[in-house]
Amino acid sequence: MSNIPSELKYLSSHEWVRVEADGETAVIGITDHAQELLGDVVFVELPELGTELASGDEAGVVESVKAASDIFAPVSGEVIAINESLEDAPETVNSEPYDEGWFFKVKLSDSSELEALLDADAYADVCEADDH
Amino acid sequence: MGNKTSLYQAHLDSGAKIVDFGGWDMPIHYGSQVEEHHFVRKDVGMFDVSHMTIVDLSGADAQAYLQRLLANDVAKLKSVGKALYTGMLNENGGVIDDLIVYRMPEGFRLVVNCATREKDLAWMEKQIQGFDASLNERPELSMVAVQGLNALAKVSEVRADAASLIESLNVFQGLEDGQWMYCRTGYTGEDGLEVIVPEAEAEKFWKDLEAAGVKPCGLGARDTLRLEAGMNLYGSDMDEEVSPLEANMGWTIAWSEDRDFIGKSALVAQKEQGLKFKQVGLVLEARGVLRGHQKVLVEHEGQTLEGEITSGTFSPTLGYSVALARVPVQAQEECDVEIRNKRVPVKIVKAPFVRNGERVYK
Repeated sequence: MSNIPSELKYLSSHEWVRVEADGETAVIGITDHAQELLGDVVFVELPELGTELASGDEAGVVESVKAASDIFAPVSGEVIAINESLEDAPETVNSEPYDEGWFFKVKLSDSSELEALLDADAYADVCEADDH
Repeated sequence: MGNKTSLYQAHLDSGAKIVDFGGWDMPIHYGSQVEEHHFVRKDVGMFDVSHMTIVDLSGADAQAYLQRLLANDVAKLKSVGKALYTGMLNENGGVIDDLIVYRMPEGFRLVVNCATREKDLAWMEKQIQGFDASLNERPELSMVAVQGLNALAKVSEVRADAASLIESLNVFQGLEDGQWMYCRTGYTGEDGLEVIVPEAEAEKFWKDLEAAGVKPCGLGARDTLRLEAGMNLYGSDMDEEVSPLEANMGWTIAWSEDRDFIGKSALVAQKEQGLKFKQVGLVLEARGVLRGHQKVLVEHEGQTLEGEITSGTFSPTLGYSVALARVPVQAQEECDVEIRNKRVPVKIVKAPFVRNGERVYK
């Protein structure tokens, strides 16, 4: 069973969102379940700093040995940080998907969008459906 | 639920992730296919290849039959144990399967792919009519591929009684030791053995190897290793619709005038008409991953000609992507590949990409 932290919000396409203590910065990555499905990650393509993303936009690509997968923005906002360490160590996405393996951060433009995301229980149901 | 090899429980014990492969429940990896890949390139790893089909052939006409059935010529197998890689073609010259054939003390042993088992056996039975020869499938035999520069030493350590036999093996030779058979063959581009073992003894052999430090490796690593080594995968790089001459299998065809094999006349006609495609290696040193079915675009005299990637992957040894592709014969040095709607320039090279742990293409 994959790890699904209860404090995060999710998309059914396997991205997670964590809102930082300032209440306006959202950190985005892919879930433990997603990295298991993908297998060894070899490249991550991230959005450029300053990009204005709308929720649902394609924000990047993660490529594993097995497959390529688009990364979607779960929330709208300006990209204010990207995890450059993934360039040299993409395998971090496999080993620490919720910590050092984060992808990018946005400054939330509409925090009410968070309400529309899945909570951990609802996301667990998505994963279970995937496995069958 | 698919077929299970005699090592299925051992795979679960080692933490395998199991997938369906040609109707068999097989390990895709045991955690990380990239780590498994590196084990084979730098030390030694092992693969359960028991799903492959082993067929023994006996009878006075066994050789004559194979000389008709196979595009390569088993007459090349001058001594017991010698092995030959060959295609088995249909009348149109398409590839029904690729296989390895060993000369045995009496008759021959063939190892064919698992996904093609039924059509292979049906074809072989159909073609054997009129020959004094008979086929005997050996499902009670398992097979473990131990690959990497320390492979022979590890198998010799675990099977001490067979150590001198193993030491005597030439590359592409396999010798029996009772019900066991040690073959110096593989699908990784490294030295190693494929060991045919009675299924009742397979699990102990596997566990002994694991205890000796041989890393279990899944089909994921098997694919990246064979692709780096420039070896074809049946069903991806060639099939019944593809000529062996357009799949870099020309070297496996024995053309001698006095032998007529199935598919020969079709291949001769193809050569006379001129081939349209050839198989090449592609290298993408920039970011991105070449994958099967991506379109290859070749600029030639103002025209854009199309080809296709037949197998592609990220190469763990090189740190960038490589592929095998079927491209128009006009392609030279460089071309483009369409990756996710973008044209990306790639280099055309001659495979293999990696042998014995090192980059070998130019």
